[in-house]
Amino acid sequence: MLQDQDRIFTNLYGEHDWRLAGARSRGDWDGTKELLHMGRDWIIDEMKASGLRGRGGAGFPTGLKWSFMPKTETDRPHYLVVNADEGEPGTCKDRDMMRFDPHKLIEGCLLASFAMNAHACYIYIRGEFYTEASNLQVAIDEAYEAGLIGKNACGSGWDFDLYLHRGAGAYICGEETALIESLEGKKGQPRLKPPFPAGVGLYGCPTTVNNVESIAVAPTILRRGASWFAGLGRPNNTGTKVFCISGHVNRPCNVEEEMGIPLKELIDKHCGGVIGGWDNLQGIIPGGSSVPCLPKDICDEILMDFDSLREVKSGLGTAAVMVMDQSVDIIAAITRLSAFYKHESCGQCTPCREGTGWLYRVMKRMVSGEASLEEIDMLEQVSYQIEGHTICALGDAAAWPVQGLIRHFRPQMEQRIKDYRDGKVSRAA
Amino acid sequence: MSTRNLAKNQPETFAFTDEHKVRIEKIIAKYPEGYQASAVIPLLDLAQRQDGWVTKPAIDLIAETLGMPVIRVLEVATFYTMFNLNPVGKCHIQVCTSLSCWLRGSNDVVKACSDKLGIKFGETTADGAITLSEVECAGACVNAPVVAVGDEYYEDLNYETMSKLIDTIKAGNPPAPGSAVGRQGAEPEGNRTSLTTDPTQTTPMQDLAVAKQKHEEAQEAARKAKENA
Repeated sequence: MLQDQDRIFTNLYGEHDWRLAGARSRGDWDGTKELLHMGRDWIIDEMKASGLRGRGGAGFPTGLKWSFMPKTETDRPHYLVVNADEGEPGTCKDRDMMRFDPHKLIEGCLLASFAMNAHACYIYIRGEFYTEASNLQVAIDEAYEAGLIGKNACGSGWDFDLYLHRGAGAYICGEETALIESLEGKKGQPRLKPPFPAGVGLYGCPTTVNNVESIAVAPTILRRGASWFAGLGRPNNTGTKVFCISGHVNRPCNVEEEMGIPLKELIDKHCGGVIGGWDNLQGIIPGGSSVPCLPKDICDEILMDFDSLREVKSGLGTAAVMVMDQSVDIIAAITRLSAFYKHESCGQCTPCREGTGWLYRVMKRMVSGEASLEEIDMLEQVSYQIEGHTICALGDAAAWPVQGLIRHFRPQMEQRIKDYRDGKVSRAA
Repeated sequence: MSTRNLAKNQPETFAFTDEHKVRIEKIIAKYPEGYQASAVIPLLDLAQRQDGWVTKPAIDLIAETLGMPVIRVLEVATFYTMFNLNPVGKCHIQVCTSLSCWLRGSNDVVKACSDKLGIKFGETTADGAITLSEVECAGACVNAPVVAVGDEYYEDLNYETMSKLIDTIKAGNPPAPGSAVGRQGAEPEGNRTSLTTDPTQTTPMQDLAVAKQKHEEAQEAARKAKENA
């Protein structure tokens, strides 16, 4: 189990002072100037060596992403954009980092922007996070006042401006190009890639979009060294990660743990176990609503990291673990997610706009059992017609939960249909 | 996707308050020159804070202020679900019913709301005081079920605590936002399993001089390897 001295987010539970004085006492802003003076090549190489993979869901190596930015600035300024549009069902980690540890994010913004030659950074925070945005703005103002950011940030000679931008309730804006569109004052509809944001991003300028957690862990990685971070977890899945465990556990919580911790250990150690005991477990969605759910027999052994979960055709995603015990109608649970994706589709690509609604309508019939057995196959086939046929990954995200359900819980779906035919299920259900 | 239209009955005019006019200047200054359209969401938000909802005259004024075609502002106002396109009550209760909340009993919370208020989602009480809405994931899943009352989150609710919360809202003295079971944030209830030690005991910085030397050596080696190849 991870020791407290290896935890990055030491105020994750908000019991200490989140403002500048408190943050400094916990080691934030310590030696930032010296880190900047190490130079941008060193920062990027150190981030690469740490093995940090993006914490927003896709798991792309952060240092590598930073290195895609043009080496020198031309007439087009560079931008760092922080994706704080947290809205993946099950996920609530960025929220607590921003309201309880905002200076980690701000310091990370400075270091990352410097490494990418960006003099300006925008943090795009979801509109519903009002308190979080207020705290973050207070922290930004404090940092300006203390000379940590702004002109000659930290006395390093680097000018850096940081702005907070509030969104207005659209899940799709968590997709990086939709977020850029939204920041430019448009509907949040994803752009075709290429061009990638590192070439043509915000206002047509080179831009990197990173998740809050990826940026907020950077200062600690640079201070303690890439080898420290890389020494935690497993190869290619290094470091620590904040897990959000919700649903049917005795004590739902956020907790920072080592990557690759066994799922069962995570739940038993930190969450007081599954309600009614481990044997009462039905299934777990291990990485936020977009990844396929796993049945109990896989949950028994699985490790929580990118590669382990991909091997079982699921994913780490945002590390939002949603636990479902035997009392749950798992078909109804996945249908709830289908309703979510129907609501959040931006409407740009036909397979997603029409497909998410179709999935939801068929799934509703699967819940009542008012369907034919062949329709399960049809549902699966159509889901593959959505997956990979849209500009962004929302279509995939809508298809995967349904595919996971069919892959692991097909007998339950078939039984429901048979029960309906036999009149065992109420027709009104 | 959700289809949203403007309200049929619209007021004649809209004007920002003097206080908001000052804020608008500050907001526009956040974005590079020529890109003031970026301020459209913050300005729509201000308009909504003023009137409780986004009106057609407000959309026209914002388009004029930011030098945008009206249709572009209209697109944004109808796309983002936080903008109320119809009048809402003084108090807007938004209940999250997404998966994590649903698993922890959001159905009971919804029932408490409809029992206490006598209205369904999308409706406003007869006295115009409270509007009830359903929202997709509020992003506080570990503290589920959660509702937003205005800007504030109330967490870890059940039928009883939600009913009580509505009583206090009706009486005009809602409690401080946060967890109904006394949690500070998303820590586990009861005994801590992490973050039990003094957070000011931090590990010292790595030796940057050594790190720099190593990095230079590595760069030199890479350069030589490239030359030889």
